[in-house]
Amino acid sequence: MSENIAIIDYGSGNLKSAQKALLRAGNELETPPNIIVSSNPEIILKADRIVLPGVGSFADCKQGLLLIDGIEEILIERVIKQAVPFFGICVGMQLMADFGEEKGKHKGLGWIKGSVRKIAPKDSKLKIPHMGWNELIFKQKHALLKNIDNGENGQHAYFVHSYHFEANEKQDIIATCDYAGDITAMIAKDNMVGVQFHPEKSQALGLKLLENFLRWQI
Amino acid sequence: MSLKTRIIPCLDVMGGRVVKGVNFVDLIDAGDPVEAAIAYDRAGADELCFLDITATHEGRDNIFHIVEKTAEHCFMPVTVGGGVRELEDIRKLLLCGADKVAINSAAVKDRDFISRAADKFGNQCIVVSVDARKVSSEKWEIFTHGGRKKTGIDALEFAIDMANRGAGELLVTSMDRDGTKSGFDLKLTRKISDAVSVPVIASGGVGTLEHLVEGVKQGGASAVLAASIFHFGTFSIAQAKQYMADNGIKMRIDN
Repeated sequence: MSENIAIIDYGSGNLKSAQKALLRAGNELETPPNIIVSSNPEIILKADRIVLPGVGSFADCKQGLLLIDGIEEILIERVIKQAVPFFGICVGMQLMADFGEEKGKHKGLGWIKGSVRKIAPKDSKLKIPHMGWNELIFKQKHALLKNIDNGENGQHAYFVHSYHFEANEKQDIIATCDYAGDITAMIAKDNMVGVQFHPEKSQALGLKLLENFLRWQI
Repeated sequence: MSLKTRIIPCLDVMGGRVVKGVNFVDLIDAGDPVEAAIAYDRAGADELCFLDITATHEGRDNIFHIVEKTAEHCFMPVTVGGGVRELEDIRKLLLCGADKVAINSAAVKDRDFISRAADKFGNQCIVVSVDARKVSSEKWEIFTHGGRKKTGIDALEFAIDMANRGAGELLVTSMDRDGTKSGFDLKLTRKISDAVSVPVIASGGVGTLEHLVEGVKQGGASAVLAASIFHFGTFSIAQAKQYMADNGIKMRIDN
């Protein structure tokens, strides 16, 4: 039977792109999943996997998400208690932190210990936002990185952000990239994973990563 | 390992069709923007830019359809410019699958529009088009309406203000060089790039691969935008990337 993948719809700008990329990635599976964009609590509660997209500021995304009636309870039930695979993209990933420090200090979902802070490259001439293609540097093994090339001459991912996830626990950082210092590119803990870059815009690497998420057995 | 310099082919669209066409061997319909986008995606372009130059209001709806179709086939960043006047225009483009919108006239008319747009949608998706002409040896002025309308606004001051108001990137086009194939206005690009902390895309005047290198090395650009040298097959994206890499610029060559 096809799995149901819910992309949480709270008006995030990358919703459509995430949906199209997941559809494409899902077609690689023997049984392509149903990709459902929804803000309906019933659907999110029954989904086999949950994707949280997000662009814009931490506070705006948090606020937008909370407009969905009972969403925090639904996510705690499904992601924390029942441990279905969860995937956060960009600000959707950042929201898993305890706090976000963009436009004031704001509470996150608090699932993965850490704070989202402004990137501070050691070379002050470097531009912010960190915008464009950068190689991933793997720090830990993870099922979502299967068949993706690492490091020098590896594949690139597309980034566009000024803030990144500073995780308290080293083991939660799965991949970084270099921008005159380490930038957190991917975090994970148990059934939760998040990427700072945009897999829906990262061509081959992005589609492979999304396919790996759809296949992920915890 | 590091961030790479981006090459951005730009497609001018009018009433749903690519203007001037795209001269690729493998395109069935050279005037179809979606087909051209797919070809550039496959060729390894780092981003894509659609510039809607449709004059009439009625023709503008085409761009939404084009962006939507492109997002179905191309999993790469897409910027859309032209005719963006209200927050609702931005929302619609983003929901169709655009990642960034380029704003020109609306920013000149009402600078606070950029503050509001960045606040609403995030700095990362707001690109301000700085269309400038040289008026004296060290001075450039902002022009609108495709370079025809003088505004009296100093380009450097405008660029700095736009970055401060929340533009995540500046698309700096020399209206003097646009279409001349004589190279970017490097002084203009450098002045703006040095003055702002956000990335600058150099645009206007590319005729050779050396011009692309100059835009980065001398102009200080984070990305280079070109149209005709790619559309007419003078150079491929791969050739351009290799040439830039051979000249010591860090490029993404993995597709």
